[in-house]
Amino acid sequence: MTMLLEGILVVDATDQFGWLAGRILADLGADVVKLDLPGTDRSRPRWRAFNVNKRALDLDPAKPSGRRQLEELLAKADICLLTPISSPQDDSLDADELRRRHPHLIVVVISPFGRVGQRKHWRASDIELMAAGGAMSLAGEPDGAPVRVSEPQAYSWASAQAAVGALTALYRREATGRGDLVDVSAQASVVIAAAHAPAFFDLNGVAPQRAGAFMTGRSITGARYRVFWPCRDGWLNFIFYGGVAGRRTNEQLVAWMGECGAELGPLANIEWQRWDATRTTQAEVDAIEAPVLKFFAGVSKREFLIEAHKREMLGYPVSTVADIITDPQLEARGFFQTLDGERYCGSFAVIDGERPPLRRTAVTSERPPRRAGGRS
Amino acid sequence: MNTIPQALEEIKVVEFGGYAAGPHIGKMLGNFGAKVVHVESSDRPDGFRLQYPPYPGSRPGINRSGCFSLFNDSKYGVTIDLKKQEGLELARRLVGWSDLVVENMRPGVMQRLGLGYQTLAEINPRLVMLSTCNMGQTGPRADTPGFGSQLSALAGFCGMTGFADGPPMLLYGPYIDFIASLLGGSAVLAGLVRSRRSGRGAYIDLSQYECGLHFMAGVLQDYFATGHLAERSGNDDAAAAPHGAYSCHDGEWVALSCWSDAEFQALAAAIGKAALAEDAAFATAAARHAHKSKLDAAIAEWTRARSAETVAETLQGVGVCAYPVVTMAGLFSDPQLAARRQWRVRRHPEMGDQAYEFPGFDLENAPGDIVGPAPCLGADNDFVFRDLLGMAEAEINAYRQRGVFG
Repeated sequence: MTMLLEGILVVDATDQFGWLAGRILADLGADVVKLDLPGTDRSRPRWRAFNVNKRALDLDPAKPSGRRQLEELLAKADICLLTPISSPQDDSLDADELRRRHPHLIVVVISPFGRVGQRKHWRASDIELMAAGGAMSLAGEPDGAPVRVSEPQAYSWASAQAAVGALTALYRREATGRGDLVDVSAQASVVIAAAHAPAFFDLNGVAPQRAGAFMTGRSITGARYRVFWPCRDGWLNFIFYGGVAGRRTNEQLVAWMGECGAELGPLANIEWQRWDATRTTQAEVDAIEAPVLKFFAGVSKREFLIEAHKREMLGYPVSTVADIITDPQLEARGFFQTLDGERYCGSFAVIDGERPPLRRTAVTSERPPRRAGGRS
Repeated sequence: MNTIPQALEEIKVVEFGGYAAGPHIGKMLGNFGAKVVHVESSDRPDGFRLQYPPYPGSRPGINRSGCFSLFNDSKYGVTIDLKKQEGLELARRLVGWSDLVVENMRPGVMQRLGLGYQTLAEINPRLVMLSTCNMGQTGPRADTPGFGSQLSALAGFCGMTGFADGPPMLLYGPYIDFIASLLGGSAVLAGLVRSRRSGRGAYIDLSQYECGLHFMAGVLQDYFATGHLAERSGNDDAAAAPHGAYSCHDGEWVALSCWSDAEFQALAAAIGKAALAEDAAFATAAARHAHKSKLDAAIAEWTRARSAETVAETLQGVGVCAYPVVTMAGLFSDPQLAARRQWRVRRHPEMGDQAYEFPGFDLENAPGDIVGPAPCLGADNDFVFRDLLGMAEAEINAYRQRGVFG
């Protein structure tokens, strides 16, 4: 197959802030050369996950030979990904210098707070960026500390936005022949993770708060609905929704419970067509949730996944990593791929009916690639 | 309005579907100049219009959803009744005009309507089309309907959020939808580059579940390599100590972390407890992890007496990572986001002023913008079919009389 970004050369000089950006471009078919200082540890799982599908190249721009090699590569490259905080202090990878020396180049600068503003030099890791972008304020117990996702997310949000920025600039270059500089702020990149929550404050002056394992704000009575339910081997995510989809889900749950001989309590008498999630009181919510709590305690995560799919119910189990890697849906779509004896997440999209196979493991350093054709 | 030629001004996009994962792609392309047409019908408007607040003044209305508008600025809105044959003809004409179709119906719906990729590629061989849904177009659970807030649980995010001895946590909204829309945005742009170069179109099958797993790739790889099963761990980090959220004097919180002993020495001095760094209980990261409760108490004693802004400024001044935990209100007053013009107010005909969200990136020589507010339902039928597609007034009127713009 001809890959979408066939013939596009990317120099990836990033640290963890930008690893996923290069991975996205590589998954789409670009030839991505990952630069690292000699001696970089490439055995760490996170390094391998985000740098598979790239070529690895040991290069020290502080040495004349490294500098020469870098310039040769940049002269042929279409896109250069930078995370300046960890870049060399000389001008070998200075974004403005690169733009001056290589006008055709699309230079993508990924930094915690972007290139403008009084805090552009502030330092941050994942937790400060999830805080700065608003996402952390929405996760955690209402009366407790805000929490982040225990696996770093801000670097991936920044990288994902950087890849869109790089390709926006690449599309423009196809028409104009001119490169560009793409300024990516990790803080600003995280804000979209809060979805529509900011609009509540903007339009009505109400700031949504973290709600823990429950959902509030759906009933005018102030009732809170359970979202996470303990089950036989972990947790389930299930909510009593209203609307057409909610009605079907609720009806099917009661039918499933009935078939299993579970105690239905007040669920037995509810007409779901008339049930209104927006007017239910806390006492009513508690009463309908009690038998479900008991029923779910005996259901396994995989059982719920299968039944919910069969019955077209909304809701999913709360997966662990072990659940994810054995999911038959991912197996059927060939999502995980094995390369040189190691399993990885495969390319993120299926294109023209095929998931582009992973091409290289990026474990050992190699000579810079020679390209047939392309920019000279 | 931006007067500089925008990066994507040649691109024409048609969207079928609604909610977040599809429309957010078109919104981003629209911010960089693409002409984006959001297709709905009066019978089946975008689900965000009616089912999702906020509404200004808490008064709902088909054109008053702040949730819909946030993901649909910089677009044109048309209504086509796809239950009518003529409606389908009109949709196909729109596809013939376009470079890109984005749809997020359940798998099979577009084919049943006669708008599947094979059919559309016959009309327009250069067409790039992206289908996005929970599970992808194939596989045993391809037809699973679902919301992104719940899919975030299946992809591991909720299980990885919260404290080890507590329940999983929600991530507010359809967190995973925006991972998919960003990865999908890259995929369609790559498809458009190839289409422009070779004249060959592309069909992209995007599973929101699989996209989400790329944000979990680190823990998945760790499990493959070592068998280590990652679990939620509050705000802890295996390397950094301290690393967490600390309460401040006015109900605010601040996030901070130290990644070396030198950084901890700087923090200890800044909070007036330089002796802490000399204490064997806190001198190394391992020791600080072992005495986490005492360490956190010492830091919290200092943060509780100060505002989050003061804490962050003080610690940044000595080279320590720190930032206030910004609330939804704070997103609109944060000086750094303001410097980037993260929020840009546009006036909507029925909702009045709304702050629209700019992407996390910008181009120096071809900057993007919020080109206009989100469209009212069917507001651009005349403009799109007359001015963009070049249809004659009489033809448009004939369609209108037959209720095709329904």
